[in-house]
This record gives sequence, structure tokens and C-alpha cells, in this order.
Amino acid sequence: MDAQHNIEPRLWEYIDGLSTAEERRFIENLIATNAEWRSKYKELLQFNESLGQTIELEEPSMRFTRNVMEAIAAQHIAPAAKTYINKKIIFGIGGFMVSLILGMIIYALAQINWKSGTGSRGGFDLSKVDFSGLWNNNYLNAFMIINVVLGLMLLDRYLSFQKKDWKKI
Amino acid sequence: MQTGLSDNDIIHQVRQGDQQAFSQLVSKYQNYVFTIVLRYLSSREDAEEVAQDVFVKAYRSLGDFRGESKFSTWLYTITTTSCITFLRRKKLEVHSLDNEKVLAHAENIDGGMRANQVEQKSRIAMVNQAIAMLSADDAQVITLFYKGEQSLDEIAHILGQETNTVKVRLHRARQRLKEKMEKHFMAEVRDLAM
Repeated sequence: MDAQHNIEPRLWEYIDGLSTAEERRFIENLIATNAEWRSKYKELLQFNESLGQTIELEEPSMRFTRNVMEAIAAQHIAPAAKTYINKKIIFGIGGFMVSLILGMIIYALAQINWKSGTGSRGGFDLSKVDFSGLWNNNYLNAFMIINVVLGLMLLDRYLSFQKKDWKKI
Repeated sequence: MQTGLSDNDIIHQVRQGDQQAFSQLVSKYQNYVFTIVLRYLSSREDAEEVAQDVFVKAYRSLGDFRGESKFSTWLYTITTTSCITFLRRKKLEVHSLDNEKVLAHAENIDGGMRANQVEQKSRIAMVNQAIAMLSADDAQVITLFYKGEQSLDEIAHILGQETNTVKVRLHRARQRLKEKMEKHFMAEVRDLAM
């Protein structure tokens, strides 16, 4: 039953030219010797050819090309993304995040008392790691202020670009 | 209009500032793009709007086309994405025969075309009518494979799927198309086999 069920997919692979050399030889042999395979092959081949010849493409209106050309007349080709995405900035952000995570891990590991393993399985109690030294109010405030300043710089840059575009018009 | 230039040559010209050269690409691919869009949308007006938008997007993004794939593969990827975006935005149903409404429509076609009408229909019309009865996904895979001159790898790239998945989808789509033809155009299928 399985072999019967597999005839079509295997024949389609053969017709589409996707079979391996070994599989091709095997199927060619089956087509030559087995009446059922031969009949199915002929049927699928005919169907495949009829699809290739008879599928029609739809046509848009006569004005289509002109409409597109009118629509793009006022457009410009946007610069390739790679020209305006600075890889150094991407790597800089990535590096900052990685160093932030590494810093926290190192800070946490430094607080663990390696000699006194707690519990019967000798695990570490991570709930006792104190992050208050790292996330106290001063550090948090400084972090927030830096973010606000960076945000304002970004806004200023955006608005000055807008102003330049507006002057061009 | 045919200049014998390859797609990449034309793209080079357009990038150099010859905007008019882009019309060659539009003329060459408009029927392909429009047909693929029509596989998703039932309205020709909407399809024309989306197809036009596809070419505008393609023009604006030409800077990002690196020539690693065929231009047609890149263009059909934009087409597929634009159709899905349009459908999401308008919250329209995908034109598919898998839902009851369209199934009923198919039954009407079947009923209405018995006797003389079926016999008069050409083989071409029969195949295209059967494709219109398929789901958008099935119809698109068949169109890309048989008309869009796309390999399975390229179709996989367009649809954002694995090649093996596309292979199975194509097989199932052909199977369903065959079933639709046998169900709705029995007499013609018999002629086809003769």
C-alpha cells in the first residue's frame, strides 16, 4: 500500500528532474518493466505538459506601464541599506550589551562563597547575590540621565534633517 | 521595446539615472506580477493597484538588489509580501476555494457548464478555470513553477519556506488541480487523455 501510495511523488520528482541518479535509474527501470508505473508516468507526464502549455497569464489594463512610470517619476531609488547602516554602530551596541551581561555575571560570581557549598547537592544560593551595589540609586540616575541626553541628541539630529528637507522644497 | 538587454543590464541603466529603462522591466514582468497578485485577490481593481505598488516598491528598492538571485525571484518576493500586507490591511479573505462561499461558486460553475458549454470550452480555459478554483497558495506555487520560470529553490526563497516544504506543496497543488479538473471538467479531461 505504501509503495502504491509513493508512486506519484516519486514520479513527480523524476519528471521535475529532482531525483538522484540512483533513483532515476530505479524509476526508469520500473517504467520499462511495470505496466502500472508506465501508465501512471504517461498520465502525469501528459498532465505536466498540458500545464506548461495551457496556464495563461492575466493582463492588467493597457495603461499599466504608463501608470507605473508616472508613479515612479517623482520617486528616487533609495540608497542601499548597507550604505547607511554603519556596522561599527551595530557592533558597538552588541558589544555594549554583551559587556553589560558579562559584567553582571562576573559581579554575581564574585559574591559567591565557593568554599561553603550550601544544600545537600552542593549548589549555590543565587537569591543571596546582592545586586544593590551595582543598581544603587546613583548608578541608576546616571544611566537614566545619559539615556535622556542621548535621546535629545537623536531628536535634535532628526529635526535638523527634517529642516534641511523642508528647505529643499 | 525588446532591446535584448538582460535584466541586470537594465537595472544598471536605471541605477545610472535612466528612469525610462525601468519601463522595460515593467513591460516584461507586468503579466507575471499581475497574475500572482490575482491568485490572492479576487478584485482586478485591487490587483492592479497592488501590482502597480509592487513595481514602485521594486524601483525604490533597486539599490538593495544585489543580483545574487534572479530579478524575477526578487520581484516575486516583493509581490508576495505586498499581497499579504494588502490583505492584512484590508482584512480581506484570501481568494480561496477552500472556504464554503467559493466552493458554492465552483458548484455553480460545474452546474452551469454542463452540456454544451463545457464542450465548447477550450483546454486552456479549462486549466485556468481549475487553477482559479484552487487556494491562493496552491495557485501561486503552480503559477510560479510553470509560468514564472522559478525553480523550487527560488520559490522557497519567494515564499520564505524550505525547499522540501515547497516540493510537497507543489505536489499537493498539482494533485488538487488534477482532482478539480476531473471533478468539474470530466469530459475535457477525457479528451486530454486521448
